[in-house]
Amino acid sequence: MKKFVLFTFISVSLIVLDVSAQNQECLDCHSDNTLVTERKGKEVSLYISSEHFNKSIHSELSCNDCHEDFEPDELPHRKGEMIYKVECSNCHDTEDYEKSIHNKKNVTCFSCHSKHSIQKSSTLIKQGPDFCITCHKDQAVKGYTQSIHYEKFKAGEKAPSCVDCHGNSAHSITKSKFSEGELHDLCLDCHENAVKNFESSLHGKALTKGKALAPNCITCHNSHKIESSKNPNSKTYKMNIPSLCGDCHKDGTKISELKSISQRHILEDYSESIHGDGLFKRGLIVSAVCTDCHFSHNILPHEDPNSSINRKNIPKTCTQCHVQIEKVHIKVIDGKLWEQQPNRIPACIDCHQPHKVRRVFYDTNFTDKLCISCHEKENIFKTVNGKKISLHVDIKGFNNSVHKDNSCVKCHTNVNDKNNPICLNSGKVDCSSCHAEHVDNYNSSIHGTLFNSGKENAPYCTDCHGTHNTQSKKDVTSITFRTNIPKLCAKCHKHEGDKNVSSSSSDSEIMKNYATSVHGKGLLESGLTVTATCIDCHTSHLELPASDPLSSVSDQNIAETCATCHLGIYEKFRHSVHSAEVTKTDKKLPNCSSCHESHTIVRIDVPGFKEQIMNQCGKCHKDVTETYFDTFHGKVSKLGSGAVAKCQDCHGSHDILPTYNPASKLSRNNIVETCKSCHPNSNKMFVGYLTHATHHDKEKYPILFYTFWAMTILLVSTFSFFGLHTLLWLPRALAEKKKQKRKKHGSN
Amino acid sequence: MDQTNDSVETNKLEEENTAPVKKVYIQRFDAYTRLLHVMVIVSFLTLALTGMIIKFSGIGIFQTLSKILGGYQVTGILHRMAAVVTFAYFGLHLFYLIKKIKLEKRPLKYMLSGENSMVPQLRDLTEFVQTMKWFFGRGPRPKYGRWTYWEKFDYFAVFWGVAIIGFSGLILWFPEFFTSLGLPGWFINVASIIHSDEALLATGFIFTVHFFNTHFRPDKFPMDTVIFTGCVELEEFKEDRPRQYEELLKSGKLEEMIVEAPRPKFLRIARIFGFSALFIGLSLVLMIMIAMLFLYN
Repeated sequence: MKKFVLFTFISVSLIVLDVSAQNQECLDCHSDNTLVTERKGKEVSLYISSEHFNKSIHSELSCNDCHEDFEPDELPHRKGEMIYKVECSNCHDTEDYEKSIHNKKNVTCFSCHSKHSIQKSSTLIKQGPDFCITCHKDQAVKGYTQSIHYEKFKAGEKAPSCVDCHGNSAHSITKSKFSEGELHDLCLDCHENAVKNFESSLHGKALTKGKALAPNCITCHNSHKIESSKNPNSKTYKMNIPSLCGDCHKDGTKISELKSISQRHILEDYSESIHGDGLFKRGLIVSAVCTDCHFSHNILPHEDPNSSINRKNIPKTCTQCHVQIEKVHIKVIDGKLWEQQPNRIPACIDCHQPHKVRRVFYDTNFTDKLCISCHEKENIFKTVNGKKISLHVDIKGFNNSVHKDNSCVKCHTNVNDKNNPICLNSGKVDCSSCHAEHVDNYNSSIHGTLFNSGKENAPYCTDCHGTHNTQSKKDVTSITFRTNIPKLCAKCHKHEGDKNVSSSSSDSEIMKNYATSVHGKGLLESGLTVTATCIDCHTSHLELPASDPLSSVSDQNIAETCATCHLGIYEKFRHSVHSAEVTKTDKKLPNCSSCHESHTIVRIDVPGFKEQIMNQCGKCHKDVTETYFDTFHGKVSKLGSGAVAKCQDCHGSHDILPTYNPASKLSRNNIVETCKSCHPNSNKMFVGYLTHATHHDKEKYPILFYTFWAMTILLVSTFSFFGLHTLLWLPRALAEKKKQKRKKHGSN
Repeated sequence: MDQTNDSVETNKLEEENTAPVKKVYIQRFDAYTRLLHVMVIVSFLTLALTGMIIKFSGIGIFQTLSKILGGYQVTGILHRMAAVVTFAYFGLHLFYLIKKIKLEKRPLKYMLSGENSMVPQLRDLTEFVQTMKWFFGRGPRPKYGRWTYWEKFDYFAVFWGVAIIGFSGLILWFPEFFTSLGLPGWFINVASIIHSDEALLATGFIFTVHFFNTHFRPDKFPMDTVIFTGCVELEEFKEDRPRQYEELLKSGKLEEMIVEAPRPKFLRIARIFGFSALFIGLSLVLMIMIAMLFLYN
């Protein structure tokens, strides 16, 4: 074995020695850098750098391995003729090369590999694009050196160099122009998602169909100067996107003439929009550009359900940036609907027109004109169950309404372009799209419950707010303006037993009573908009009968309802003995309406009010009320005196406390002061007056009891005595008179 | 307590010249007394009316009365004004008695006993027994003197009443003052029961018993105007108070007592006033009776 290795080594050494000896012979002449020859009139150097050659990959070859048939002693080296061209194909497989464009364009092996200083292919590959551009000096190719691909290539990362696109190897470079398919396949290798998205996109499909104007990858990304979208110089840098897209999507371009889309002046509008303004004027890189809404590769028409600008997807698209928009729009949109039933609510663009997105709502949508063209007609109607229902819209009224800035479809959301006309059977407007909270309340209210159960006369949103002429409640002319509320409610709530209302309300003359009440007078006579109207007590949307515990006027809630205005009184009442917070009892505690009638509520200084209160107190405090009427205060008060002390004058009205409570008006410490409000000279003995005394109670008031009976005995005995005296006298006196008369007659 | 000799001076000449139908009048009440009684009538009616309005304030008719009079404030003021009048006549009468004793030097014995005394005597008991016999037809009508026993009762009833009702009324009028003197608070309640019931007694008594005894008894019906005119016809006087007549004849003082007949115009005014008072009193007692029997508890 050792012998074999030794033999091989010796034989190789011998060959090398032999080759170097032979080559040295050639170099003897050719190492002279002045050695020239003339070919076709041109002086050609025949110098060969031995140094370079020795470093070359062919250094181990002898010169005549390549330069065949040459005679070393002849000059030139073949008899009177040039030596044969070196044929690389003798050793190398040049099949690929022969098919390549380089071959066709007479780019020889030597052009790249040189003649004598041939490097290892890996060296060339390492050089890559830098090597290519030694020949390919035009600007487009040069741009590659500024590309992200080049940058990455240089950094040693996986990135395409020239050969990666223009042929799998350096020898198989076939052409510089690619078909779209080829191009995509090229990009697909690395940019799989982007390309696939692009292919299913509007652009991609147009490209597949062979539309001339359809863009491909390089339309946006360039061929060689492909730059990162993060590079401010890139065409696809955010700041540059509008102008990139605008190259095609602006007025006057071929595509804009070819394809008629509803949007006009896209680029101009965008520039003026809040997004464009942010981008261009404020340099906000976070501002939305074309690709943020339409996406960069997956651009789809808005009809496509997968499109980022399809109605269903609009919210998702917008919330990419406007993450918290649900919170901001809480007043107009029920948050859940954004995700669950986006079709039920108007899409962002219904209010914020695409491309024109401003802080303000835009005037009228283009669709409005379409709607108006039919609905402005007076004689437009539909027939339901044989009934003619007008579909006329009072455009003038609408333009004065609070919704004038909304487009028709913002409310009429069930418009479907599969129908003809598109508004066919679009159904009732669902106000909850914007007024979710109110409609929720309405649905829980007696009105909503009745309406939803199919009650014919139950009011719907439009019965109070109108349809197209809906006005703000702040508008004086609005039917929902505060001063008009009673009139509005009275449309149904006139009298008990009215056909309109099936309510079991005990108040038969609600409106008449309200008009005479302190609230009604305040509103209707004094014009005070702060006085309570129907909705202040019954709420505007969550009206419930008082028997419902959830009602704003239920026994449990009435005090808090009144407290919205009469907070000071409520605070006192809360801490009084009548408050459910203080007294825990199964008995019914009084609330505001126990003393202050709901619809006939009057000022407390109105004659009769205080007397009426005593009846209220008496409902529960029967004994003390009866005995109160046995004493001076009570007796005088029965004569209609408002001035004399009533229950509330001593016990307080809203802040009633038990007498053992030190804070009570009748506690040991306070009673003298309390009496002083009427009796300025009140004193400790004076307050001992029994205000609820009765002479009928022997146990409680023995002195009064016996005094009364002593007096009664005195009366009875006196009257009995003199009554009898008179009764006896009368017949005797009559008889006497008769006798006298007879006497007179006799004497006469 | 004699009132006889304070008679207005008589004029015999005039008497002789009087109309053909000769009617002799005897003086019974002097002007001072009559004036006080007018004060009593006016104040008592006012007190009764305004007082009962409060006592029966729960009853519709009294509430209506209150409204007619101008409300509880007006009736309250009227009641207090009448109270002042009451205290005034009470005082004036006490002054009258003092005047009699001190200034005219009447012996106290004469005031407390004797024919003309207001103080009940043993004879009054005898007369009461005789009256009872007469009522039952077991004897003749007693020969009553200047003051019958029921008249004496009336007189002292006023004394008693003014004192009791007046004092309890003052407590009710000035409760802060009286309690500040140490009167307990509950005494105001006691005072109101006494005031109210005593007033009921007084009202009921005057408007029934007194009215009957003086005016409505058949021999006086419908009204005895003596309290206004001060004089009574001799014939009637003889019938009514035979013992006083005999006494006067005996003492020969009858002549002194004769006065001229009351002027018709004055008599008419007296009648109108008297009937009004009777009417008001009767109406009030009727209302009280209805209230007590049917409405008041």
